[in-house]
Amino acid sequence: MASAIEIRDLRVVRGGREVLHGIDLDVEVGAVTGLLGPSGSGKTTLMRTVVGAQIVAAGDVTVLGLAAGTPALRARVGYQTQAPSVYSDLSVLENLSYFAAILGTGRESVERTIGVVGLTGHERQLAGTLSGGELARISLATALLNEPELLVLDEPTVGLDPVLRRDLWETFHLLAEAGATLLVSSHVMDEADRCDRLLLLREGSLLAAGSPAELRARTGASDLDAAFLGLVDRAGAVS
Amino acid sequence: MSARRTGATALRVLAQLRHDPRTIALLLAVPCVLQVLVHELFRDREQVFQSLGVPLLGLFPFVAMFIVTSITMLRERTTGTLERLLTTPIARGDLLAGYALAFAVVAAAQATLVSALSFGLLGLESGNRGAVVVLAIANAVLGMALGLFASAFARTEFQAVQFMPAFVLPQILLCGLLVPREQMAEWLQAVSAVLPLTYAYDALARTAEDSLDGRFWVDVAVVLAVTVLSLALGAATLRRRTP
Repeated sequence: MASAIEIRDLRVVRGGREVLHGIDLDVEVGAVTGLLGPSGSGKTTLMRTVVGAQIVAAGDVTVLGLAAGTPALRARVGYQTQAPSVYSDLSVLENLSYFAAILGTGRESVERTIGVVGLTGHERQLAGTLSGGELARISLATALLNEPELLVLDEPTVGLDPVLRRDLWETFHLLAEAGATLLVSSHVMDEADRCDRLLLLREGSLLAAGSPAELRARTGASDLDAAFLGLVDRAGAVS
Repeated sequence: MSARRTGATALRVLAQLRHDPRTIALLLAVPCVLQVLVHELFRDREQVFQSLGVPLLGLFPFVAMFIVTSITMLRERTTGTLERLLTTPIARGDLLAGYALAFAVVAAAQATLVSALSFGLLGLESGNRGAVVVLAIANAVLGMALGLFASAFARTEFQAVQFMPAFVLPQILLCGLLVPREQMAEWLQAVSAVLPLTYAYDALARTAEDSLDGRFWVDVAVVLAVTVLSLALGAATLRRRTP
């Protein structure tokens, strides 16, 4: 299987402390890959590296065949930041129209993504008056506007109601079936089963990679929370 | 750079302002109120108003745009919209030019209103009213460019607001408005000579004459050069990759 993202021996130092300790991983094309790990495990730093926003200390990061951060990638990679990057003094429509103009997509892309993230009816509302979950959805919508080949989504489903969460995961899989690659982070293990493949990150190191079924089989655990704990224990026993 | 992205950014900044009518009202009303105050203050000394009125008219937009831009840009930096934008195909020049365009529009409105009031109701006189309005807009863009650059050195809005007295007040004190430059101590003259507002003030003062001399155009050239330099320095502070 071809890789959309290839990371080799990635080391990142933030605030004088190494937060990623030599990560090696591959993300498959056309699949939904979950990046799971507790808060502070380095998920956001890893995602910032993929979109070229992070200064790295060492290692190679190749995205869609190019070095991460290459200008040509900016139109091919969509990024949803963890904290919503939204202009709170603009309406939903104005926020998305601005990003659509920057990305060179038309008005129909704005209407389509507003529908996808379930904000229909809120178009004229000022972003500042929306809830945290709604703000996150505007932020997600900006990443979906130009239907990029690679979507890097940092905790897109936090704080959403279960119905919307299920719908968004369905959307993610539809996008993957259409050929897009998705890297989706979450600190909630119950979302792991919705992913085709999983990357488990803990304290800046990759604990395990594989499909949910593989990880369960490897640890003999019935649910992924237990599998995660099993992997943590095993890693502790080795070191 | 692309005209579409620059234009979209300018429209976005203007839309943000449109949602904030109180700021618009303050931007338009405060300079008018101040100009009336100066007029009333020197009611019996018409000469003083005549010599202060034109430079003040041209300097209000400078101060206002410095503050508005440094805060707006700081917000882009701290709320994450800047980092998000810089992962898109937008050029840093698009972003800066968009800001410059939007605030030039606001400055034009501000300068037109204060000019209409000053030249119309308050009886201010000038040989070149058109030049005064154009200079006011140029000064606004200069203030914007300096504010953009200054915003890189502020972490919080408290700090950004303090940059107004730190960056702007010394320039107003030393530009020649309060004390003619030739009456200043030599070292003050030397400092004054490297501050951009000195040239902006000098150009405004020279519009009182009917014909604009060579020195006027030197002043204008300096203001434009400093604006371009600040925008370039401001662009250098917009980093796509951060620690």
